[in-house]
Amino acid sequence: MRVVCPHCGERDRREFTYQGAAEILDRPAPEVENDAWADYLHLRENPAGETRDMWYHDPCGAWIVMHRDTVSHAVHGGELASEVRK
Amino acid sequence: MRYSGFKVFTEGLTGNKGWKPVWRDPEPKSEYDIVLIGGGGHGLSTAYYLAKNHGLKNIAVLEKGYIGSGNIGRNTTIVRANYFLPGNSEFYSHSLKLWENLEAELNYNVMHSQRGLINLFHSDGQRDAFARRGNAMINQGDDAILLDREGVRQHLPYLDFDNIRFPVYGALFHPRGGTARHDAVAWGYARGADMRGVDLIQNCEVTGIDIEGGQVRGVRTSRGVIRAKKVAMVAAGRSGQVAAMAGMRLPIESHILQAFVTEGLKPVIHHVVSFGMGHFYISQSDKGGLVFGGDLDFYSSYAQRGNLPMKEHVMEAAMTLMPMIGKARVLRSWGGVMDMSPDGSPIIDKTHIDGLFVNCGWNYGGFKAVPASGWAYAHLIATGEPHETAKRYRLDRFRTGRGIMDEEGTGSQHNLH
Repeated sequence: MRVVCPHCGERDRREFTYQGAAEILDRPAPEVENDAWADYLHLRENPAGETRDMWYHDPCGAWIVMHRDTVSHAVHGGELASEVRK
Repeated sequence: MRYSGFKVFTEGLTGNKGWKPVWRDPEPKSEYDIVLIGGGGHGLSTAYYLAKNHGLKNIAVLEKGYIGSGNIGRNTTIVRANYFLPGNSEFYSHSLKLWENLEAELNYNVMHSQRGLINLFHSDGQRDAFARRGNAMINQGDDAILLDREGVRQHLPYLDFDNIRFPVYGALFHPRGGTARHDAVAWGYARGADMRGVDLIQNCEVTGIDIEGGQVRGVRTSRGVIRAKKVAMVAAGRSGQVAAMAGMRLPIESHILQAFVTEGLKPVIHHVVSFGMGHFYISQSDKGGLVFGGDLDFYSSYAQRGNLPMKEHVMEAAMTLMPMIGKARVLRSWGGVMDMSPDGSPIIDKTHIDGLFVNCGWNYGGFKAVPASGWAYAHLIATGEPHETAKRYRLDRFRTGRGIMDEEGTGSQHNLH
């Protein structure tokens, strides 16, 4: 599996650290009730197929929202998390 | 048909013409009292104990592939009860006791071999941690022996004891740990459940769960609608997709875990050896293949195959621990889909929907749990109350923060186990 960094292009998988589903970008507001926070921290769509998840590119320090397929392991590309969150 | 040595002998003399399929291939009925979604090890053992322990008859197991096609046929067959935390400790202790009687119980040779599990340690701090774990195991009524370096050498003379990074200081020895033939466990439970009237329906994929007014009514499948009073999800790595049909999200991420086997060799590794610092463990199958594995690939996946970096890591760990393994040739590798929970411990519970139950979150440890998971899940489904060995496996523990069971002590969040 080759992973794609928006800065550096297609790179070896070992240059990346995996964080988890991109659902973690949808952070609830601080004043929201506890249940919403518990769901945010623990519950996952966990899709079989197309997914968006968070990867960190160790050499360049980019947090990336990766578009990927969990069944075929195809990596379609990624966007900087800082751009996605705007 | 009851299996016996005499039966094998007489069949051998008569051309083995008397063997017959050991479970039926029934058409699904339009209605059951209980439908289990998933015909893996846990689903089959649940069906078996629902019939055996609770006298229930009108049960179907729906399997989207064939019996044995999931993780029950893709694991590294290790059976052990070396857990530390209350909640896990009594559950796996119960499971090991069920394993020890499983062949007589099922009249089926699951090749359960208590060859002993050896967990190595490489520092004084690790020794203290293993001593504490061993005491917890003994307190639970199981067996644990702390071996020093020379004690390990008597069992495993072939290790590299003076490895510069991970010198062997000793090990925690669990003599009742061992292995079992994984397919046979599925087949044994399948046969036992079928003999007690359970319908095992293969090639039957659940496509929807019908819920009316907060009460489950049945399932829609690739082979038609099936009404049911109770529906029990037990789909391991696919739990997320099954739960989504009931409008639920679970605290589960599915990850890939690889395993490997070499060509068949003469007996050389007589135990299950675990090298935690290298995320490596190994045993030898009765056919002679060295069966070994490592850590997760660490990205969510349903591919049932992994990538090369983890293969390389596992081979490096193997060479670090036992250089002789370099003479063996790897025959094949495969991957299983692990239903990883935030704290690394499983879930056996009701859901907020009446009549709908959930069993998932087995992480890397589902195989050894098959008997006790089925026992406890059957109890929950039949009586509505959690079994005493599994009462801490609550679905809501992540929401409430009460009863988190983080066996590794790494924290309770995704991607830490």
